Amino acid sequence: MTTIYILWLRQLKRYIRSKPRILASLGQPLLFLLGLGFGFGPVFAKAGQGNYIQFLAPGVIGMTILFTSIFSGIELIFDRQFGFLKEMLVAPVPRILIMIGRTLGGATVAMIQGFIVLVICVISGFRPSLAALPLGLLFMALIAILFTALGTAIASVLSDFQGFQFVMNFLVMPIFFLSGALFPLSNVPSVLGALAAVDPLSYGVDGLRMALTGVTHFGATLDLAVLSIVAAVFLVVGGRLFNRIQL
Amino acid sequence: MIRADNLVKTYGEIRAVDDISFDVAQGEIFAFLGPNGAGKTTTIKMLTTLLRPTSGKVEIDGLDPATHQNEARKRFGIVFQDASLDDELTAFENMDLHGALYAVPKKLRNERIDMLLKLFELADRRNHPVKQFSGGMKRRLEIARSLLHTPKIIFLDEPTLGLDPQTRNQLWTHVRRLNEEERVTVFLTTHYMEEADRVAHRIAIIDHGRIVAQGTSAELKLQTKSETLEQAFLALTGSSIREEGADAAATMRNMAKMFRGRR
Repeated sequence: MTTIYILWLRQLKRYIRSKPRILASLGQPLLFLLGLGFGFGPVFAKAGQGNYIQFLAPGVIGMTILFTSIFSGIELIFDRQFGFLKEMLVAPVPRILIMIGRTLGGATVAMIQGFIVLVICVISGFRPSLAALPLGLLFMALIAILFTALGTAIASVLSDFQGFQFVMNFLVMPIFFLSGALFPLSNVPSVLGALAAVDPLSYGVDGLRMALTGVTHFGATLDLAVLSIVAAVFLVVGGRLFNRIQL
Repeated sequence: MIRADNLVKTYGEIRAVDDISFDVAQGEIFAFLGPNGAGKTTTIKMLTTLLRPTSGKVEIDGLDPATHQNEARKRFGIVFQDASLDDELTAFENMDLHGALYAVPKKLRNERIDMLLKLFELADRRNHPVKQFSGGMKRRLEIARSLLHTPKIIFLDEPTLGLDPQTRNQLWTHVRRLNEEERVTVFLTTHYMEEADRVAHRIAIIDHGRIVAQGTSAELKLQTKSETLEQAFLALTGSSIREEGADAAATMRNMAKMFRGRR
């Protein structure tokens, strides 16, 4: 328990102390919200879909959590390059506890970022139903844990930053753009629909949208089930890969 | 205290550590010397459970790290060749994290952190982030940290690399005192022969993954009819300069390491 707690705390301290990182990581969602949200708003309304900010906000929150949590996981590469990984790996504790502590820490950071963006969305005109906030937070937590575990799994097999760009372009970006964060999944071409259906973020954004605005594509039960199962799988896979690291 | 029996580590064709055996007694300061790429760090990694040997056996305080990994890990502290601190955290936080990982009870942990920071003259830097520290201060903090859980053995992998003579001197004084007062067994590697000559009770010289000589400094000098340990070292290992990782095979190995996974 101490192990998990101390490594969770470490992630949080690192986050709070890197203020430039906090600001930089808020810039992108803000841009999406303002540029896309207000830019496409009139078209979206004309197409009879209602208020675009109302639709887009859960997507942008999901995006923030996705990017932050993947990055938190990938931060393991920093630990490897700056040497702190050795200190963790030589400690007399099961590695799985180290992995869990790190993952929960990264997920907490991602949730905080997501929550800040939620507040920004509200300032920009997003009107969520407050009664469903606990459910919304649950979905945010699931997205955060799922993608931090994925990031950790990836970072366990990469030993430097050469592969990072590859991961961003061929994994994180598709996960975001195909998830239905930016557009409704009803009536999309069947290929896109199929891709969205295997994208875990689709269920995260859908669940979040359901909780905050009451609109859903898959249904909250399916969202919860898929997210929980995939998060569990990624945790196990990430734990195994982390366990195999040798220096 | 530390035993290696026919230890081997191979990477494909390359035998990084090739059938080495030694035995370090309790309370001994044992120096492990060798040119670059001789297998020193690989050996330390195997002794400290970071790397699985291809074959052979290791014993740490009578425990086999392969079967009693965590118990074995509690017995030793290690100062790695390169930095292993979290730069964003303060000196105290780095120590505290270490103490928590090694399950040192909170009260004892705080006492020992205060004591060690004082001992290594870092008490006034207690709450400063490590990224503001000089190389020497970081080294001192790493040594202080490695002693927090009162290990019986301490591994020092080139602890004085890049330090000025003042800091080096002070560091060895600390190590010697620990060894004399608390009977901590010390296993060290260094490129500075005069340091090894001064502090080590016994020395092993490794080259191309094999131990080429073992004994006290006097014995090694006698064996090679040399005046200094440095001459003895050169006589045993030759004077050609070793290139590390410059050949095609090594490049390939590095590429493969990038996408490790297996192993």
